[in-house]
Amino acid sequence: MAECHPVGFQWVMEAKARGAKVIHVDPRFTRTSALADIHVPLRAGTDIAFLGGIINYVLTHEKYFREYVVAYTNAGTILTEDYRDTEDLDGVFSGLDTDERSYDFHTWQYEGMEIQAASGKRDQQYQDKAGGKNGKPSSRGLHKAGRGEAHGSGGVAITGTPRVDPTLQHPRCVFQVLKRHYTRYTPETVSDICGVPVDTFLQVCELLAENSGRERTSSFIYSVGWTQHTVGVQYIRTAAILQQLLGNIGRPGGGIMALRGHASIQGSTDIPTLFNLLPGYIPMPHAHSNEDLDAFIEAESPKKGYWAEMRAYTVSLFKSWWGPVATPDNDFCFDYLPRLTGNHSTYETVIAQLAGDCKGYFLLGENPAVGSANAKMQRLGMANLEWLVVRDFSLIESATWWKDGPEIESGELNPADIGTEVFFLPAAAHTEKDGSFTNTQRMLQWHHQAVEPGGDARSDLWFTFHLGRIIREKLAGSTDEMDRPILDLTWDYPTKGSIAEPEAEAVLAEINGWDAEGAPLSSYEQLNEDGSTACGCWIYCGVYTNGINQAARRKPAMLQDWVAKEWGWAWPANRRILYNRASADPDGKPWSERKALVWWDEAKAKWSGHDIPDFSAAKSPHYRPPTGATGADALSGVDPFVMQADGKSWLFVPAGLTDGPLPTHYEPQESPVPNLLYRQQRNPVRQITSLVHPNDRFQPSGGEPGTDVFPYVCSTYRIAEHHTAGGMTRFLPYLAELAPEFFCEVSPELAAERGLEHAGWATIITARAAIEARVMVTERMTPMTVQGKRLHHVGLPYHWGHSGLVTGDPANELMHLSLDPNVHIQEVKALACDIQPGRRPRGRARNALVERYQRRAGVTERTGTEV
Amino acid sequence: MAPVDIQIGRRPGVNTDPATQGGYQDHPPRMGFFTDTSVCIGCKACEVACKEWNAIPEDGLVFTGMSMDNSQGLGASTWRHVAFIEQRKPIAARDPGVQHDGDGDFRWLMASDVCKHCTHAACLDVCPTGSLFRTEFGTVVVQEDICNGCGYCIPACPYGVIDQRKGDGRAWKCTLCYDRLSVGQEPACAKNCPTNSIQFGPLDELRERADARLARLHEAGVTEARLYGRDPHDGVGGDGAFFLLLDEPEVYGLPPDPVVTTRDLPSMWKHVAAAAVTLIGGALAAFAAGRRIS
Repeated sequence: MAECHPVGFQWVMEAKARGAKVIHVDPRFTRTSALADIHVPLRAGTDIAFLGGIINYVLTHEKYFREYVVAYTNAGTILTEDYRDTEDLDGVFSGLDTDERSYDFHTWQYEGMEIQAASGKRDQQYQDKAGGKNGKPSSRGLHKAGRGEAHGSGGVAITGTPRVDPTLQHPRCVFQVLKRHYTRYTPETVSDICGVPVDTFLQVCELLAENSGRERTSSFIYSVGWTQHTVGVQYIRTAAILQQLLGNIGRPGGGIMALRGHASIQGSTDIPTLFNLLPGYIPMPHAHSNEDLDAFIEAESPKKGYWAEMRAYTVSLFKSWWGPVATPDNDFCFDYLPRLTGNHSTYETVIAQLAGDCKGYFLLGENPAVGSANAKMQRLGMANLEWLVVRDFSLIESATWWKDGPEIESGELNPADIGTEVFFLPAAAHTEKDGSFTNTQRMLQWHHQAVEPGGDARSDLWFTFHLGRIIREKLAGSTDEMDRPILDLTWDYPTKGSIAEPEAEAVLAEINGWDAEGAPLSSYEQLNEDGSTACGCWIYCGVYTNGINQAARRKPAMLQDWVAKEWGWAWPANRRILYNRASADPDGKPWSERKALVWWDEAKAKWSGHDIPDFSAAKSPHYRPPTGATGADALSGVDPFVMQADGKSWLFVPAGLTDGPLPTHYEPQESPVPNLLYRQQRNPVRQITSLVHPNDRFQPSGGEPGTDVFPYVCSTYRIAEHHTAGGMTRFLPYLAELAPEFFCEVSPELAAERGLEHAGWATIITARAAIEARVMVTERMTPMTVQGKRLHHVGLPYHWGHSGLVTGDPANELMHLSLDPNVHIQEVKALACDIQPGRRPRGRARNALVERYQRRAGVTERTGTEV
Repeated sequence: MAPVDIQIGRRPGVNTDPATQGGYQDHPPRMGFFTDTSVCIGCKACEVACKEWNAIPEDGLVFTGMSMDNSQGLGASTWRHVAFIEQRKPIAARDPGVQHDGDGDFRWLMASDVCKHCTHAACLDVCPTGSLFRTEFGTVVVQEDICNGCGYCIPACPYGVIDQRKGDGRAWKCTLCYDRLSVGQEPACAKNCPTNSIQFGPLDELRERADARLARLHEAGVTEARLYGRDPHDGVGGDGAFFLLLDEPEVYGLPPDPVVTTRDLPSMWKHVAAAAVTLIGGALAAFAAGRRIS
């Protein structure tokens, strides 16, 4: 965190000054480790084993917060008889179809209740719920098609009440399943897998357990490296289980904080740049035949919890996009929306480019020629486009690969033969435009323009608005049905200044939404499904309450209480801590005075407190829903997790994940060691087969013949001096000089083993590529003992490319395309490599070196693709 | 021998307020930096903010291999410099309340260095043009439009801070953001330091704060914590920019016992004068004797 988020780290330092203990778990010793109370180096790719071990410790030593767990989690919920755990099936869950590489999740359900996910793969149950009784049992690859759909036999009841055993004793209740699942994650096993000494591991367990409960809370902070694994989502899930067991969710000082890679990445998922989401996490519809709005809402939303109001959110979104044209008669223009026909994630798109299906590409502030896994595939994909638009501050590698990229040097590509027309459009910086950042706390903070952008630089808002305006002008008068969605858009933002910059606040006002009279809304609870309200993103409703930009509030901390509700604005409804009903006990009293946040005020018969209660304000803790209740009314007074259909937080996930209801340790796609816990080596449903390509071969793993050709664990990361793929830093002298060359970090022991010289050169090789880096021999890299053998890491900051003031090979050349099946994120934080002293060969000899390694390791197109 | 203030020939401690000594009648309190290296996270925001504000040119794109330090040290074009020191020592010594893992025995010290703005500043003493001057805040500033590039100040600095810029010839160093101070703002580095490792304020206050921090660290068993440049009785009369260190100054590349290089000038001149008198006397005597002989 100190490394990639130094500004945010000030709060960790402040907490530390007030007595907080800081535990840092990371393969490398970073700036964070330097300031932490404990640094725990662990083998990259083994976090589920580490956290699973802590879960086992917490359960075995009864350190969990029992009242919290019983009342607020699904610990007592009883699962169907058909559920089989990894304990029963040697590392896989029931429902695995090895041919299709996917799970049928139906056996993971609660007994007596079909549950709908609040997020993730909500389309999983489309046929169950909307497809009637004709849907055949099927296990088509969810991730392959990019649509979690078509499972089961249809007609399954979607309402019902789960059976719950509050004593947590029933052998099929979640708690007992959880206990059995993690029994084998003993301290000794954890130590053997992770390379962490048992004493150190136990110290972490004790510190965490001691610091949780009624009086104290602990929080987890991860950077997005945690997501960059074939089991990335399950990493975070493991932390979530632990935090639920310890009672650290919905309470001050608790939670799991995701530190994103860029400012406002939270904002770009809220109002998404993702292919499968609409604003406010409304799913993008798939191309089901004859699907109308009713079927879409029926299939994608649960009957209970706040997502039951999805129709109001969706209709209001359409009203904001298409205004008066969206009416009940035309399904509010539901058919104007494009439909998903498959997985359109980044890496699938590259494959589509190579196949000639994807012909045009916009890169807005993204540098995949350096920053994406298997950077060469990215460049080859772009070389097969008709047009490419790059909007960035500088001429980044993704804009110039066609004339000076590595493939030009090697002769694999010739500029004269590349048909891609590349447009470079300079972009304005955040200081040159108005707008908001949404941080990891879901807090929007407005920034005001300080200076006009120089030269031709323009904001993304300017670009998007004027591009739309010009397209609409060109289409004007068209009678083609196909053009209606564009022509009917409410594309009328006011502009200002000599460059006709759209008013960013007008966009914010539209996102916030208004009623039929045009008055700004103040809460998403005002949204209607009859078309009388418009709202661009339901979770942001309220950010423009009373026509005032709430995100621009900057009341100093000393003028308000510690929750600081008047600094910026946090969605939803300016709540600073989500699910904060859980900060009070089932009767509505704070678990402790020290950790009081919101509570039930009996005299006023309403919820009150420091934060804005994340609960129906007048719903008593003693409220129990009548039979047949729907929406928020179906949740009882002790159901804090209001977005979930059962109102509970999920230790066990009955729906929404493609790769299992409980996190399980699998080795990374490429690992020098076998999986100690199960016969199943890797995540059986990792996304791999849809991306097979000759430039993306996998290595033997886990002791197969050839594994020892790539004996070291390799991980990429960022350092404080540069930002991601370097587009914002390598072109600036003040930052470039701070870290002027690509380097790799190795321990003195590894340096001795391979003859690497400090500040000299090394070549790092995988089955994809060979790159060179300056050598940093440092004791900050810790050799570890894993399964009785000495294990070394090669650390690779990934900021450099061939352009800019400082250059170097991109570490991402080495990476492969084996992805997390839920979110399609690449596994770049744990793989295997070799390292040799000296610089890499030039030209064609570079590829020849990689081919020699492939031959030595016996790499074929099938290597590493086993289930 | 105790240091002597060359400017007015007084011993330090008698009147160590440099602005008063510099002739300011009515001046603000002496301002300075307290850099608490025990909370430095090595982010280098100070280096970058300093360069941005003062428009300092890039200082070489050299990979040094010196841990994460590629700016190497203070110089004409680096006015804040973060040192990184990797040590085989328990991180227990890093901060109070630490229970290190036993396997570690490793720590990574980070420290942001800067011009010390000495109470007795030799650079200022030797500057023949008046380019270097004492400000009303007690800081030492070099004026780029007056400096003639003679370079006398460079060997005069006991810390090796002030430096001549290649291709320019003039001497450059931290101004403690004199322009910002003049309008009531804090220096750019302190403003940007996320963890308050760099603290800016009236020197008296900073010294109190530093003493309290030191006491806390000592109480917590961090016995090697020490203040550097805090003592008004040291060889430079105390620094306007002083530090809390977690090891010997040499570890951070700082001189252990800096002395204002102009300290011995008066006595040198006295000796020179005495020698001259002796020589002249001898010559006259010889002359007189010669005359007698002839």
